[in-house]
Amino acid sequence: MANTSVRLLLEPIVDKNPITLQILGICSALAVTTKLAPAITMSIALTAVLIGSSLIISLIRRHMPSSIRIIIQMTIIASLVILVDQILQAFAYELSKQLSVFVGLIITNCIVLGRAEAFASKNPPWPSFLDALGHGIGYSVILIGVAAIRELLGSGSLLGVQVLPLVKEGGWYEPNGLMLLAPGAFFIIGLMIWALRTWKPEQLEKPEYRIHVVHRTEAQ
Amino acid sequence: MSADSRLHAGGAGLTGLIASIKAVFKLPNDDPRKTLAVALVLCLACSMVVSATAVSLRPLQERKAALALKSEIVEVAGLGSAELGLDEAFAQIETRLVDLDNGRFVEGVDALSYSYRDAAKNPAASTALSESDPAGITRRPDRMPVYLVRDAGQLETIILPIYGAGLWSTMHGLLALAPDGRTVKALTFYEQRETAGLGSEVAGERWLSEWPGKVLLDTSGEPVIEVVKGNVDPNAPNAEHRVDGLSGATLTSNGVTNLMRFWLGPQGYGPFLATVSSRERG
Repeated sequence: MANTSVRLLLEPIVDKNPITLQILGICSALAVTTKLAPAITMSIALTAVLIGSSLIISLIRRHMPSSIRIIIQMTIIASLVILVDQILQAFAYELSKQLSVFVGLIITNCIVLGRAEAFASKNPPWPSFLDALGHGIGYSVILIGVAAIRELLGSGSLLGVQVLPLVKEGGWYEPNGLMLLAPGAFFIIGLMIWALRTWKPEQLEKPEYRIHVVHRTEAQ
Repeated sequence: MSADSRLHAGGAGLTGLIASIKAVFKLPNDDPRKTLAVALVLCLACSMVVSATAVSLRPLQERKAALALKSEIVEVAGLGSAELGLDEAFAQIETRLVDLDNGRFVEGVDALSYSYRDAAKNPAASTALSESDPAGITRRPDRMPVYLVRDAGQLETIILPIYGAGLWSTMHGLLALAPDGRTVKALTFYEQRETAGLGSEVAGERWLSEWPGKVLLDTSGEPVIEVVKGNVDPNAPNAEHRVDGLSGATLTSNGVTNLMRFWLGPQGYGPFLATVSSRERG
């Protein structure tokens, strides 16, 4: 039992990471990762929504009419997202402005609905909680990693603190503007997926087709 | 008794009601009555949670927003610095209320607590823009706050709140003008929900830094500022009236042109700016 719990929690972090293996939640991973601070807030917000929705959906899973289950899940997720957005506006006004529409877009983040439908609606609360926490951490690790690289190379700072002195301020570091644009995030996530799949080859997808070399004599 | 028959038997007072609710929840999940009941309960619960949070957090959110506006005003006034606290810096700025119709200051009213957003919703404190509404704001408040920065009694900066429709949202900004009432010293948009990465650049430093030095009015006081598509040729004769457009955000750029022209025109701060600049000249 303890083993299953640990597996539920840890598996989504490396082995079944929602971003690098399932390629979900890419939109926000591109949009909020130019700076570290919004990425951390977004990670916390998504993890909170994910845990909340998984818990509630798991609790009411026996009373969910299958014809309206997706709507029920969306309603719960949307309510939680509004809750998080309101709380951010009240306690972290600046950050909520930086995140602008992206907190609202947690509603459409496939990770949340995916876990609700695939796991929480079929499992008891405790495993659902662990599964949600694991996926939240898995998402956060990638988001924060990408944001750290982008902020460091794109603005020479981390959490707003200047680490690499910029040329225009008399230092030596010329910031890489590409890192602040969406393609920068694509490249970093791509490289992360490459590195991860080299380390764990079982994550490689089977090629959809293979070019088969046919000898001329075989063809006839 | 089966769940179904108990459902029909229920109805005798509160216990009966509770019994029938219980009975509904014992129905199979795919029964239409249960589906309806679950949907109803869920919607009630969610709406109560959401509205309770929104109502209970509103005072705190408004305080935060007011504080953020203060710091935006200090920033656009060029008084933002590490040495001065926000309140000290803000205390150097004079907040006045202007009657937009005649351009005069309104005396004897607490300008600090005035909210132009509330005024715009109040028919008694605003004017409907039925014929021409270039900024897309429907109603224009009759009074607007202005923020004046003086150095040894000499007017240095006039800060005007402006707002208007972009592509998706109403953009709220602050425009800092030189004492001539025509030349931009700084511009900021502190609230907007334009397309992230395209229109949202309207609040980005890179684009806002194009504005200082631009001349908004021509010699007759007519607003001529325009956000153009593409880049402005710096050698063109009207380059001082033109600002580079935001790439991929033509409608947001047009929104800025429209709201600038509205707020600087006769329905906006036009009369006020005319008196300020004539006072400066005389």
